[in-house]
Amino acid sequence: MYVAVKGGEKAIDKAHEWLDEARRGDPAVAELSVPQIREQLALAVNRVMAEGSLYDPDLAALAIKQARGDLIEAIFLIRAYRTTLPRFGYSLPVDTGAMECDRRISATFKDVPGGQVLGPTFDYTHRLLDFALEAEGLERPAPEAGQAEHPEMPRVTEFLNKEGLIQDEVAPAPAEDQPDDLTRQPLELPAARPLRLQALTRGDEGFVLSMAYSTQRGYAKNHPFVGELRIGTVAVEAEIPELGFAIEVGEVVLTECETVNQFLGSKSEPPQFTRGYGLVFGQTERKAISMALVDRALRWKEFGEDDKGAPAQDEEFVLYHCDNIQATGFLEHIKLPHYVDFQSELELVRKIRREADEAKMQEAAE
Amino acid sequence: MADQRELTEAEAARRGWMSLLAKAPAARLAQLWEARGAAPGFDWLRAPEVGGVMVRGRAGGTGAAFNLGEMVVTRCALKLADGRVGHAMVQGRDRKKAEIAALVDAGMQGGEADSLRADLLAVLEAEMTSAKAARAAKADQTKVDFFTMVRGED
Repeated sequence: MYVAVKGGEKAIDKAHEWLDEARRGDPAVAELSVPQIREQLALAVNRVMAEGSLYDPDLAALAIKQARGDLIEAIFLIRAYRTTLPRFGYSLPVDTGAMECDRRISATFKDVPGGQVLGPTFDYTHRLLDFALEAEGLERPAPEAGQAEHPEMPRVTEFLNKEGLIQDEVAPAPAEDQPDDLTRQPLELPAARPLRLQALTRGDEGFVLSMAYSTQRGYAKNHPFVGELRIGTVAVEAEIPELGFAIEVGEVVLTECETVNQFLGSKSEPPQFTRGYGLVFGQTERKAISMALVDRALRWKEFGEDDKGAPAQDEEFVLYHCDNIQATGFLEHIKLPHYVDFQSELELVRKIRREADEAKMQEAAE
Repeated sequence: MADQRELTEAEAARRGWMSLLAKAPAARLAQLWEARGAAPGFDWLRAPEVGGVMVRGRAGGTGAAFNLGEMVVTRCALKLADGRVGHAMVQGRDRKKAEIAALVDAGMQGGEADSLRADLLAVLEAEMTSAKAARAAKADQTKVDFFTMVRGED
């Protein structure tokens, strides 16, 4: 148990002063601006928005600067800020089918309508350090400028759905389509799929990745294909209560991943393909793919699959441990003063030790 | 959230310009607005307020709705001297952007509609469309044709 302590104000002030100085680093080196972080460390910004669960690239960049690049600390700052914001309402569910895609690939069909679009990807790079980036003021050849229309990009899973070969995803009636919200009610189990998806999309990338990897390696084995991965911009619509209709209140970049999983059928379901789903703020494809695999593993009951006792099938294990802010809070609190607790444990160990020593001496005497 | 009903023509037009204003780059909107000269007087019905909208997605893209995360928006409402009311809900934390958007919304309901459309909405729309088209062209240049190699002994 943590017990409040007093004192140390002066030391704390000085520690914070030093923190400010350490954040700035060598004053001979130019200071980073928030727009520089937003533009040039965009994938860090995206991760902070996704796990901070708040879409605002400027705030995420500021948080990264303040946290000296510690992304979990930055996510913590964003979560704390988020709690101060009044909630104006819920958006209509975004239409990812109408996404203006920067990237869209399918590992299941090579000839998809709309095409395979690589976008600004690290795939196919050689992962060799590019020492040219060390030089300042480096001019890169500007890509060919042009004007084009965003092509129609129908969902890949729709093709399988036409043949009835994949489990369908049907929206419930509007009255029932009201998902629980983790930011409003504490997480209770068993969690419906919408609540699981909310927990996963804001969950720690490393944790969700490891869980997904464990399913690939055979713990609750599910051999998935990436049916489709798309990254791009979607409009967000929300109702203006005074007007009684919805307008587009902005645009967000999202990464969506749909996996197609082999499924041989069960007592309740015919043989067909099933799906896992990932949807994450920003360009965050490792996270979105991981989320889709874990989502699929957690659906075992729905499809009448066996509980193989694998961690990724255990929603209590996954959902209660995927949030890095909860985890950090509990983990890091143990470094705060626990003097009273520790004193009592110290007393206890001393007493046991004393009793043991006395018993030994008595034995020797006899 | 109410179901989406059929909008009247006037509502659809208003939805159009409000959506455009919400997505417009704040600095460019302010520049175009200031170029029009003195702003009309108004009273706040609701002063600009920064808040969050919980963005929703659907499982599998088409299934049950779920909460994805919030986005930051600023909203306000104001009334011109002649009684016209303007509303705004815009992306980001820029209070001035929300104010201008609400002033344009109010103005679009009266005699200034044509000039507002010409000097401001049409310009923003053209620039935003062009930016999207440039991005689409970049994406198009990265379109590939994968082909599978023939496997076999001969």
